[in-house]
Amino acid sequence: MNELLRLTAADLADRLASAEVSAREVTQAHLDQIEATDDVVQAFLCTDPERALASASAIDDRRAAGETLGRLAGVPVAVKDIFTYSGLPTTCGSRILEGWLPPYNATITQRLLDADLVILGKTNLDEFAMGSSTENSGYQVTHNPWDVDRIPGGSGGGSAAALAAFQAPLAIGTDTGGSIRQPASVTGTVGVKPTYGGTSRYGVVAMASSLDTPGPCARTVLDAALLHEVIGGWDPRDSTSINAPLPDLVGAARRADVSGLRVGVVREFSGEGYAPGVLQRFHEALSVLESLGAEIVEVSCPHFTYALSAYYLIMPSEVSSNLARFDAMRYGLRVGDDGVRSVEEVMNLTRGAGFGDEVKRRIIIGTYALSSGYYDAYYGSAQKVRTLITRDFEAAFAEVDVLVSPTTPTTAFRIGERADDPLAMYMADLCTIPSNLAGNCAISIPCGVSPQDNLPVGFQVMAPPLADDRLYLVGAALERELSARWGGGILLDQLADSAAGAHLNVARKGR
Amino acid sequence: MSEPVLDYDQALLAYEPVMGLEVHVELNTASKMFCGCVNAFGGDPNTHTCPVCLGLPGSLPVVNGKAIESAIRIGLALNCQIATWCRFARKNYFYPDMTKDFQISQYDEPIAFDGYAEVEVDGELFRIEIERAHMEEDAGKSLHVGGVTGRIGGADYSLLDYNRAGTPLIEIVTKPILGAGAKAPQVAKAYVAFLRDLVLSLGVSDARMEQGSLRCDANVSLMPIGATVFGLRTETKNVNSLRSIERALEYEIRRQAALLAGGGTVFQETRHWHEDGAYTTPGRSKSDAEDYRYFPEPDLVPVAPSREWVEELRATLPELPTVRRDRLRREWGFTVLELQDVVNAGALDLIEATVAAGAGAQPARKWWLTELARRANEAGVELAELAITPRQVAGVQALVEAGTLNDKLARQVIDGVLAGEGDPADVVAGRGLAVVSDAGALAAAVDRAIDANPEVAAKVRDGKLAAAGALIGVVMKEMRGQADAARVRALVLEKLG
Repeated sequence: MNELLRLTAADLADRLASAEVSAREVTQAHLDQIEATDDVVQAFLCTDPERALASASAIDDRRAAGETLGRLAGVPVAVKDIFTYSGLPTTCGSRILEGWLPPYNATITQRLLDADLVILGKTNLDEFAMGSSTENSGYQVTHNPWDVDRIPGGSGGGSAAALAAFQAPLAIGTDTGGSIRQPASVTGTVGVKPTYGGTSRYGVVAMASSLDTPGPCARTVLDAALLHEVIGGWDPRDSTSINAPLPDLVGAARRADVSGLRVGVVREFSGEGYAPGVLQRFHEALSVLESLGAEIVEVSCPHFTYALSAYYLIMPSEVSSNLARFDAMRYGLRVGDDGVRSVEEVMNLTRGAGFGDEVKRRIIIGTYALSSGYYDAYYGSAQKVRTLITRDFEAAFAEVDVLVSPTTPTTAFRIGERADDPLAMYMADLCTIPSNLAGNCAISIPCGVSPQDNLPVGFQVMAPPLADDRLYLVGAALERELSARWGGGILLDQLADSAAGAHLNVARKGR
Repeated sequence: MSEPVLDYDQALLAYEPVMGLEVHVELNTASKMFCGCVNAFGGDPNTHTCPVCLGLPGSLPVVNGKAIESAIRIGLALNCQIATWCRFARKNYFYPDMTKDFQISQYDEPIAFDGYAEVEVDGELFRIEIERAHMEEDAGKSLHVGGVTGRIGGADYSLLDYNRAGTPLIEIVTKPILGAGAKAPQVAKAYVAFLRDLVLSLGVSDARMEQGSLRCDANVSLMPIGATVFGLRTETKNVNSLRSIERALEYEIRRQAALLAGGGTVFQETRHWHEDGAYTTPGRSKSDAEDYRYFPEPDLVPVAPSREWVEELRATLPELPTVRRDRLRREWGFTVLELQDVVNAGALDLIEATVAAGAGAQPARKWWLTELARRANEAGVELAELAITPRQVAGVQALVEAGTLNDKLARQVIDGVLAGEGDPADVVAGRGLAVVSDAGALAAAVDRAIDANPEVAAKVRDGKLAAAGALIGVVMKEMRGQADAARVRALVLEKLG
């Protein structure tokens, strides 16, 4: 059974298509792995075994009947608990939504179902996707399978940890400031933030509407491309979604050719605050790309240094408005409704009990930033910085095909290490935030483990809006070359088959 | 409840009223502003709802293109500029009937701006400058149960109906209206009546004030005659009829004048109009006005109507109500007052169609404003809802003019049409209602009447022509009304002449 867990989604799909294995077997194997490991990892907020197995069986039956199924038919997937999926609670990792059963499916949830994927359950996240460690969940702390004392990144730590723990071959996340890429970086997995508008936000509980971008999470670049093609593309229910065909992502991942490609290294993403082991692996990866025929040049994006400041005004401003609806009136938690207290009192008690500190911090900052008399100084100025960052990207992409940087300045930090230091926590998203502000696309792929702590390092590739195929082209080329050097993928080779991964029980080398 | 007020004329001797009118028009698009739910008045509570208009977590708005079209047409009809690029904005505040705890509206980038309208009061033309017309969504409805006032404070509990949530609204805001003096309340009323007729003629709204599909918030302040600085204003809400607008403004002017004349100051606040007692009471204070924290709605893309589209829409504008009315008044030879009655009765279209079907304007007006208005009133329906068409009314009038029907018979024919007995000719045939035109039968009846009433006949012969009426009555009675009274009279006089 373990062998099934080690397979990529692409391989699983092939074996399912040739009826070598059944969707039910594959689903059961992953449910068993969740059962066996999630006490420690705590990636899932809830699983849906009955529906998952029933849908797997139905897919098997339809395949047996000769029906044409989706390319990933029968492959299990884990979904971040911020997408609505009727029949399961959607909590967003917040107590304030405890007990809410959404009556409708997010567009992406529906596309997964329509493409015959099997949804295993909902994964943990920082409350309303606010955080970089998944410690801010109102329910549980997710642990990094590489070292269970460390964070799996955030906000999508649940989805990333589920992949690294071989609990699911595919997962869905959302990336507002790095919530797909930073967890991918610190768990040795692949995470893609598509072009803003390239994936539908309908049914994704909003944190910051102008930044939130759903995207695929996987263990390989090709798997991410396959999943991206299932979930991506125009959705008439999301006004900000782009009515343009997706580029050939899977084709790019298979081609994996960077010869002649101009790769720009962002000068500003280096130096103080960057762990030496991270920079070492990053520069080795650059050499690999160069050896594959890419041209490496240094590029300056001077306004990127203001990205974090602008982000922490725009994002909380939108948060303060988006989260207003959690007022105890219509759904979710209600505290202190004793028939005597007023609407306002019940609302205050509910929000006091239901929202965590980070959420409250952002609501307060955002409310302040949008206030009359402060708007121009804060929200208005931040929007101007946002424009300057977009122009930096445009200027850079006039010179190079892609930009690259470390995904995050350090490897996974210890649980609790930055919990009381929000600014240190925010630094984790230093390199990822500019792409959210500009709306372009970016990917994080593993580029080895840091020699300092044997923890994974992520390599970020950024491409212009709607050029998501370039992410897969570069990512797959790098992945292929590095895997060849290591003798296998980072997760199999350096986690599953190592002592660190013993708790995962998926090692091939007998122990 | 009523506060001290100054005599109206006295108030206007000392103070100049400055008004600002905000009119909300609910559009009659098939679906709501940001979702596919049906946009209809009423319905069982919470049946016209979906995740979007309920503001459920994760749902997203999508703009109704038809609503934008209607907004642009209203803007054009109000002589506004149409934005080349504009955005929606979030207006953040809490109210239980708002599903997202913000309203999607427009802030500093309205779809239409800088227009004007002209209204006439007592033959005097007033130009109202339009500041802006912007798009937004309506909220749901709260029903506060228990308590004394029917308002949220003191209620035992509240019921929420989100059927109206997300209904497309256009808010039309005037610039300050000055110089109307004592006529200010009438100008306000005329302006709202103008807007009502305008949106009706554009076909973009049902404009039923009693159902709230056209609502007016009336701002007014007073400044001493000759002053240039505006006074502190109040905003009166809950003004649900044209008459109330005039009365509410009159009341506010008198109330504020009393305050100012007594050395007091006006408190800047929202006030509620009470139709029954004809007074206003304070509502929310504007001094602790909420900070709405407007910012561009990130869930929606900007609206950028092309100039070609705007010009196409301009070409679809119907003849504007004032222009059309003036034309019809001249064509029909009506007085201003006659036409006003027609408009107020909602009979303009009906009369126009009746005239088009061949009737004269005056007979058409007579039928619709007297006989048919009475029946509509009795039935509690609008004139247009009566089961008789302008063509049928024209048909009745044609029969009258042909001498087939007299007025009394014509009314019976109308009864028949309304009862579903077919066209006027069918009713005449079916009920045997035509006047007796057989000269012999009529002459014989006249002879019989003269023979039976020799004393009356003698009076007529002696020149007392008024006495002929008695003989005519006898004849008409014998003919069961089915005779042309004028013809009977002529016969009587001929025989006794």
